[in-house]
Amino acid sequence: MKAHLTRRYKFSASHRLHSPHFSDAENREMYGKCNNPYGHGHNYKVEVTVSGHPDPETGMVCNLVDLDGFVDRVVMPRFEFSNLNELDTFRNLVPTTENLSRELFHLFRDQFGLAKVEKVRIEETMMNSFEYAGGLELGPAVPKRALG
Amino acid sequence: MVYLTRKAEFSASHFYHNPKLSPEENQRIFGKCNNPHGHGHNYTLEVTVAGEVDERSGFVIDLKKLKDLMNSEVIDGLDHRHLNKEVPEFRDRIPTTENVAIAIWNRLSGKLNGAKLHRVRLYETDDLFVDVYGEV
Repeated sequence: MKAHLTRRYKFSASHRLHSPHFSDAENREMYGKCNNPYGHGHNYKVEVTVSGHPDPETGMVCNLVDLDGFVDRVVMPRFEFSNLNELDTFRNLVPTTENLSRELFHLFRDQFGLAKVEKVRIEETMMNSFEYAGGLELGPAVPKRALG
Repeated sequence: MVYLTRKAEFSASHFYHNPKLSPEENQRIFGKCNNPHGHGHNYTLEVTVAGEVDERSGFVIDLKKLKDLMNSEVIDGLDHRHLNKEVPEFRDRIPTTENVAIAIWNRLSGKLNGAKLHRVRLYETDDLFVDVYGEV
């Protein structure tokens, strides 16, 4: 039977929400306090979900040592204590947590080759969270006959 | 369709070891989890049931019955147990969170009085959980 394994990580980073598509006044109006030119920070909680049938030899969908190792090696050096606006990824992209969840999903999907990456979920604060599953709807794949 | 989730907790010990592999391989793959004396977790179980709301009772499922079923099928057999040594599913299967969640799904599936088991979510720690939806 298929299992979906979710591991939770955290990192702290700063950002400023400002879009070149709008005037300074429009940016202030739209992003409010998040438009402060000096930026501000969050403790982001990141959940990554991988899925598969547990390997009969190990009982695992994916060895957590590998997933944790990937995060330590690839994700944390890039994001932990960073200013998101300074990252290449966000040179031309507003570092909202919507966009951050998409970037992290693609990073895991493209570079962590050891399990199928289903979803990334990020809590920006305790009060808001964002989920991205590669553009698919959330939840397990539902057989067509069960729809409607 | 309404989805209803009931939570339960149990504490159990386990260790990860595959007798077909060498001690070195076991150590390499399972690390600290390979300690033959075992270690333990406070597991949190969330069982989500899906169904239509019964017009007379207003229920998808009687929560008392769901609670009793979770206790009799899952908690009574796993709480304060050594999963490897005392739980039949793990006599020859490694009690990873994945496999424990699947075993719980199999223990509950088909016993919900017409309601549908939608998801079993099992937290091993705050930072690690597994979801099972019965996908073959």
